[in-house]
Amino acid sequence: MKFVIALFAPPHSPAARRALRFAEAVLAGGHEIVRLFFYQDGVHSASANVVAAQDELDVAAEWSRFVSANQLDGVVCIAAGLRRGVLDAGEAQRYQRPAANLAAGWELSGLGQLHEAAQQADRLVCFGGQ
Amino acid sequence: MARSMLIISRQAPWAGPSAREALDIVLAGGAFELPLGLLFLDDGVFQLTKAQQAASLEQKDLTANLQALPLFGIDSLFVARSSLTERNLDESSLALPVEILDDAGLSTLINRYDHVITI
Repeated sequence: MKFVIALFAPPHSPAARRALRFAEAVLAGGHEIVRLFFYQDGVHSASANVVAAQDELDVAAEWSRFVSANQLDGVVCIAAGLRRGVLDAGEAQRYQRPAANLAAGWELSGLGQLHEAAQQADRLVCFGGQ
Repeated sequence: MARSMLIISRQAPWAGPSAREALDIVLAGGAFELPLGLLFLDDGVFQLTKAQQAASLEQKDLTANLQALPLFGIDSLFVARSSLTERNLDESSLALPVEILDDAGLSTLINRYDHVITI
């Protein structure tokens, strides 16, 4: 089955951990992840600047490893990212900000990417919505 | 056939960026002429009320954007009757035409769509 997984809640929320474990289970079950899409406060889980306490799960780092290791299509909504300070090098330069913090494996793109993926997917599974 | 999506907007317009971000999903899908619906539920119904003074909160008023949705091909707009009633609102309180659904109508609506996003 083809899945799109969307995350709307911040990295310190239970939803971010559930989404990560669900995504791992999707692949372990032999299914396909068409795209991961981080929106709203979910964009913070694609920041390389999140620091977890030593005895806590570093969910942002785990996401980055998971996306890179499985060569997944990981998209962070650009408008939601800009609004919350999640920038890649290009956007940091464009808006003259001192640093880029988008973690490895992710790319900034538009909401069209969510719709495009949803058209291909059997299931759109959202985590951390209201 | 294109897969349909229902966006359920549950936050008041003054409660952070959720109302704006739900609307942005709708507008992005409208650009691709996808079959979309937008349901205002719970505090989301406050987005529909007339005479908002967003500027007093240093925010932008979304009403004009909502009123323009049919121009972008999105005319499937719904609101939950129970959410209106709980907030002492009715049809005359609303700034744009939307279909008012009772609870049974909500279930039917949600079942009609392939994908559902709640924000």
